[in-house]
Amino acid sequence: MKVRAQIGKVLNLDKCIGCHTCSVTCKNVWTSREGMEYAWFNNVETKPGIGFPKEWENQDRWNGGWKRLKNGKIQPRMGGKLRILANIFANPDMPVIDDYYEPFDFDYEYLHNAPHSKHQPVARPRSLIDGRRMEKIEWGPNWEEILGTEFEKRKKDKNFDEVIQKDIYGQFENTFMMYLPRLCEHCLNPTCVAACPSGAIYKREEDGIVLIDQDKCRGWRMCVSACPYKKIYFNWKSGKSEKCTFCYPRIEVGQPTVCSETCVGRIRYLGVLLYDADRIEAAASVENEQDLYEAQLDIFLDPNDPEVIEAAKQEGIPDNWIYAAQQSPVYKMAVDWKVALPLHPEYRTLPMVWYVPPLSPIQSATEAGHVGKNGNMPDLKSLRIPMRYLANMLTAGDEAPVIRALERMIAMRSYKRSQQVEQEEDLAVLEQVGLTAHQVEDMYRYMALANYEDRFVIPTSHRAYAEQAYDVKGNCGFSFGNGCSDGDSDVSLFGGNKPAVRKVIPVTLKE
Amino acid sequence: MNASALDVFFFGIYPYLASVVFFLGCLIRYDREQYTWKAGSSQIMHDRKFRIASIMFHVGILAIFAGHFAGLVIPYELWTWLGISLPAKQLIAMGVGGFFGIICFIGLTMLVHRRLFNPRVRATTTLMDTLILLVIYAQLILGLLTIFVSTGHMDGEVMHDLMSWSRYLLTFRPVQAVEYIHDVHWIYKAHVNLGVTLFVLFPFSRLVHIWSVPVGYLGRNYQVVRSKISAAK
Repeated sequence: MKVRAQIGKVLNLDKCIGCHTCSVTCKNVWTSREGMEYAWFNNVETKPGIGFPKEWENQDRWNGGWKRLKNGKIQPRMGGKLRILANIFANPDMPVIDDYYEPFDFDYEYLHNAPHSKHQPVARPRSLIDGRRMEKIEWGPNWEEILGTEFEKRKKDKNFDEVIQKDIYGQFENTFMMYLPRLCEHCLNPTCVAACPSGAIYKREEDGIVLIDQDKCRGWRMCVSACPYKKIYFNWKSGKSEKCTFCYPRIEVGQPTVCSETCVGRIRYLGVLLYDADRIEAAASVENEQDLYEAQLDIFLDPNDPEVIEAAKQEGIPDNWIYAAQQSPVYKMAVDWKVALPLHPEYRTLPMVWYVPPLSPIQSATEAGHVGKNGNMPDLKSLRIPMRYLANMLTAGDEAPVIRALERMIAMRSYKRSQQVEQEEDLAVLEQVGLTAHQVEDMYRYMALANYEDRFVIPTSHRAYAEQAYDVKGNCGFSFGNGCSDGDSDVSLFGGNKPAVRKVIPVTLKE
Repeated sequence: MNASALDVFFFGIYPYLASVVFFLGCLIRYDREQYTWKAGSSQIMHDRKFRIASIMFHVGILAIFAGHFAGLVIPYELWTWLGISLPAKQLIAMGVGGFFGIICFIGLTMLVHRRLFNPRVRATTTLMDTLILLVIYAQLILGLLTIFVSTGHMDGEVMHDLMSWSRYLLTFRPVQAVEYIHDVHWIYKAHVNLGVTLFVLFPFSRLVHIWSVPVGYLGRNYQVVRSKISAAK
């Protein structure tokens, strides 16, 4: 057993209101730079839809993630090392800018300096890449917002596979939607790392954050297609790949990531998970895709187990990390209550950002008396969001864990209602879903109240992990681009255009 | 006929200046400007036909590079020992070089067209990107033209002269080296000179990605884990 720690994350989709505050704050901090205009380390998608970039879940098209070979080993779906190197001149699985969207801005200046005319001046869109006027904006980072675009296009959503009669969900009465905020999964078995020819991408031993060493990246762009979540972006300005950093400068000082901190719905949870690094490969290689969820749960270690604590100490994991693991909201939701599930475990990357499936449409339907009852529990089969759809997204198609998670959340509501409205404790409903009253009170505290201190249990970086202050003397600290050096930001012997001033082409009026 | 001063400069001195710039430039850039060390791919901007163009260009130019290495750096005694006579060697060079030259030419023509006329690619291109592409294009055309000139003398003597030039140059005997090259056809001279110029431009362009051929990838584990402490160093 080799114990390692990671800051994991859970998103409670049941409470996501799709406000995009996470995306916008993330963008302002991390990607509001030339070359990264089109990149969203965090984005929120309305499902069902093909998502951002287009059809990212369709691995027949993008070849992301891993595949299991006949001999039981796994290799990147793009191919083995030789095939990856053979494609280095031109990556056949690489999305182009139009699969994301052509970034644009508007000629706002024209609103100020337009001459007097009969018609109101209009700020026209300009491409942020080549400065040309865009006659029509064809696609954007959130084009399908609240079921935008027609169902014919959205139904290509991979999660509809094997959902029976998917066409009825295009009808007004049967339509459904949910929000899916997405960021880098900081996987235990990341394909981006495996596919990087330069070895520039790495997982940090101390906190599990997956980072790209900007100095070592040579821009071979294999990671872009290897990541099945399409969360690595090619910076066309610097020629290097960039990705979500899990706001590591904040995490190191015990603060939540920007997206978590600013989440107005309080749906995001951060906490330490201990796992057995020796069993990663075996867990990622299980034969049946539907076993991957259980296999990943299996390698998470119980932070209260004395044996685990002992082993963790031997690996040098500090006491405050072990203590944080014992308080971890992520562990509670994923392992104790099993209400959080991994996103697309079938990619075999063992993702570490998990999701609580959304419940609300179910509950409202139950209240209106539209849903059949199964004991105290509504029959989840007749609900608005098809179980199969959620299962395709969260458990490789196995409906049982999704049903368990949803039933537990319904039971929590039902129990709290009986307790607070009817002044009696309905223990029968808890028994049906295998929870104790104590557990449900905890669930209520973490998921309904969701206090800041409960949502974010982040140990500060231990002194043993900190850099030697003497070594970093005279460094420029955290910076974008070339650090202290001026390579790409100014005139340099070694090239690179200056960061562009906004390319505005003046509009001439014809009277 | 004695070598002119220009010949002495271009074929006896300039190559040494070029290699100083080449090695020192690469070293300084690698040491100081890692962030600018990259392949500089523009695939994300425009993918159509790019795949076939880029593959043809790279396969062609790698084969040509190997050919030049075999011809100019490997001592010709080795070929004689292997039983390959000079005229035979010239024939092979013209045939194989011509074949890969054409492949490279087709790919490079498409790439040049794309870089100059695709608005997105053009907008994200630096001056050096365009310059280096055009210099390589010119160099490739010159190289292909030498094949036609070579058909005029199939005895391999010119090839022997050029091989001797590089051999004497590589063993630091520039005076003798120049003697071998000063009366070959101007098209060879132009090709050699532009080739040396490529070495001058190399450290300042995206060509530095050649140093970073990721052969180490084949031998490493799939997963890379780094400790924060070692990453800081």
